[in-house]
Amino acid sequence: MTKRDRPLSPHLQIYKMPFTAVLSISHRITGVVMAVGTLVLAYWLISAAYGPDAYATAQAVLGSVPGRLLLFGWSVALFYHLCNGIRHMFWDAGMGFEIRDAVKSGYITVGAALALTILAWAIGV
Amino acid sequence: MGSDVKLRSALGRARGLGSAREGVGHFYAQRATAIGMIPLSLWFVISVIGLTHADYATLLDWVGQPLNATLLSLTVLTAMYHAQLGVEVVIADYVHGETLKFTLLTASTMAAFLLGAAMVVSILKVAVGV
Repeated sequence: MTKRDRPLSPHLQIYKMPFTAVLSISHRITGVVMAVGTLVLAYWLISAAYGPDAYATAQAVLGSVPGRLLLFGWSVALFYHLCNGIRHMFWDAGMGFEIRDAVKSGYITVGAALALTILAWAIGV
Repeated sequence: MGSDVKLRSALGRARGLGSAREGVGHFYAQRATAIGMIPLSLWFVISVIGLTHADYATLLDWVGQPLNATLLSLTVLTAMYHAQLGVEVVIADYVHGETLKFTLLTASTMAAFLLGAAMVVSILKVAVGV
């Protein structure tokens, strides 16, 4: 077989994902995580509708260490998806397509998501 | 590419629909709900932080405020709509078997409606306090 010098599509198992690609798939992952995570919100609201006892149980479950870890993950997903969603809106408006700009806005997105997560838990705890 | 490049027939352009038969409806709805979710999710997070250690009476008081019940319902419905649109795209991208794809798309839509209805009914029940 002759070896042709042309670009190959990434072989995902041995491919080092660029920063922007990691952020891209993270947007999907956090979106799906939150879609599944609406079950937690539903559990909380339905418990409230069933009365004080069910609500107290839900508060205890969500206030436990595993419950708090779950909510922490939920908040990370929310803030990342929110910030990266705003980044997507700039792209929809035709801005920031250069690779340098995409990397820069990626850092801003991660920084803002971290800051919002820390802020929310600093106030909430 | 200039706007004078015509890749679609005159009829296709007049109808404004593509191969998906719904034009930019899905794309537009995803962005519109995303814009709505920016203030709603921030309001929701701030509200939930305020309710972290709330007992049942405090919760009833809070959800009993018509503005809070309205915004909470709006948050839930917009979130379910936005989530459903997103999950649809993910299923369409990664699931290739037609039967499985159709089943998952239908099931995810039903789940979104079920969760949306359950949450809104719950909010209303707490708000009205019957």
